[in-house]
Amino acid sequence: MSDASPVQPRARRSLLAAMLVGVGLMAGVDEIVFHQVLAWHHFYDRATPWVGLVSDGLLHAAELIFLVAGFFLLGALRRDRALALRHAWAGFFIGMGGFQVFDGLVNHKVLRLHQIRYVEDVLPYDLAWNAAGLVLFGIGIVLALRARGTDARTPPGGPRRPWRT
Amino acid sequence: MAHVAHGGGYGPLFWLLTVLPLALLTLYLAARRATNRTDAQPHGAPPWSPWRTASFCTGVALLAVAGLPPMMAWGHHDLRGHMVQHLLLGMYAPLFLALGAPMTLLLRTVPAGLSRAVVAVLGTRPARLLVHPATAAVLDMGGMYVLYLTPLYAWSAVSPVGHLFVHVHFVIAGYLFAWSIAGPDPARHRPGMRTRLAVLFVASAAHAVLGKIMYGHGFPRGTAASAQELEAAALWMYYGGDAAALLLTAALFSAWFRVRPGAVQGDARL
Repeated sequence: MSDASPVQPRARRSLLAAMLVGVGLMAGVDEIVFHQVLAWHHFYDRATPWVGLVSDGLLHAAELIFLVAGFFLLGALRRDRALALRHAWAGFFIGMGGFQVFDGLVNHKVLRLHQIRYVEDVLPYDLAWNAAGLVLFGIGIVLALRARGTDARTPPGGPRRPWRT
Repeated sequence: MAHVAHGGGYGPLFWLLTVLPLALLTLYLAARRATNRTDAQPHGAPPWSPWRTASFCTGVALLAVAGLPPMMAWGHHDLRGHMVQHLLLGMYAPLFLALGAPMTLLLRTVPAGLSRAVVAVLGTRPARLLVHPATAAVLDMGGMYVLYLTPLYAWSAVSPVGHLFVHVHFVIAGYLFAWSIAGPDPARHRPGMRTRLAVLFVASAAHAVLGKIMYGHGFPRGTAASAQELEAAALWMYYGGDAAALLLTAALFSAWFRVRPGAVQGDARL
């Protein structure tokens, strides 16, 4: 961030906004690659309980809104010259990895929406899936730790509410 | 084709969905011309945004296509065709129409007395209740649940009145919903960003859940559609709804993005 910017970079908000994009993007990748291209995942495997179906719908709606909201929040930060880029990258990876692990544990195992692939032994897939998520998440945490102190802190008065105009 | 009278041909829906919107578009373009001429004077309002005009034209074009006889015929004998009509009439056309801000244009163009009367009517409690995002969402999404999960759909396929009602309801409820979430028309009692986001979230979830119920359990029932046709229609509805929700969310956030601190609320030009 240049010294000429009128506003201090807003580290926490940059991280959160990019995290929303990361979650939304990973959910989109899941939808496009695993549901459509590979067709490993099933749209709905009919063994799903009602609570699973409803929470799947809520999650799906949240992912769409996160993706759009994240992009616009990042855009607003950039416009106001308050984007802390290193925190944003950290948030992006945390969001992607966090979603991947959440999807692998909660959606596939707890809610049993669908499995990664319909094969006899799904365990290797589950392990690979969640390990990949943890790696992404770990990269995000490392980036966040390294970003600490490089970008300026949140301005005095704390972060403003995102949609108060 | 047993029901050509309302399934295809130039039935009342052709007039309502294709001819009437084209007539309204003519009025819109005339009003835009008039307002640009008046506002061209010093201290006048900025000229009418070409994006609004383009958006309104797109909305009218989508409605007009959905109302064409071949489209009607497809929608009548194939559930996938119906679903395409549903997406056009209930989701895509209303969003583009609402972003055209026809209400603002109307209020700018008609005599001051009349526009004050319109504003007064819109400010009454019943009108405010009707255009609240939550009401609009219930009318829109609730209507879809009733249509697809009850025998209403099968009935609407054989009853001309039911058929007419369902298609007109798609447009009106869809418009009300899109307007209440992302409409650029200024409205004094419009709920804030949080309320609108919350309603959008629940409504999108309800749409996704309905798509999966229809896919997994074979709704709507009582039609001649095969299992594959039902599944395909439900998938189209689900993913078509996703794209519409993305557009609507983007419209809502772009209005938020344009209103800078200190700007006049509700003047977020599209």
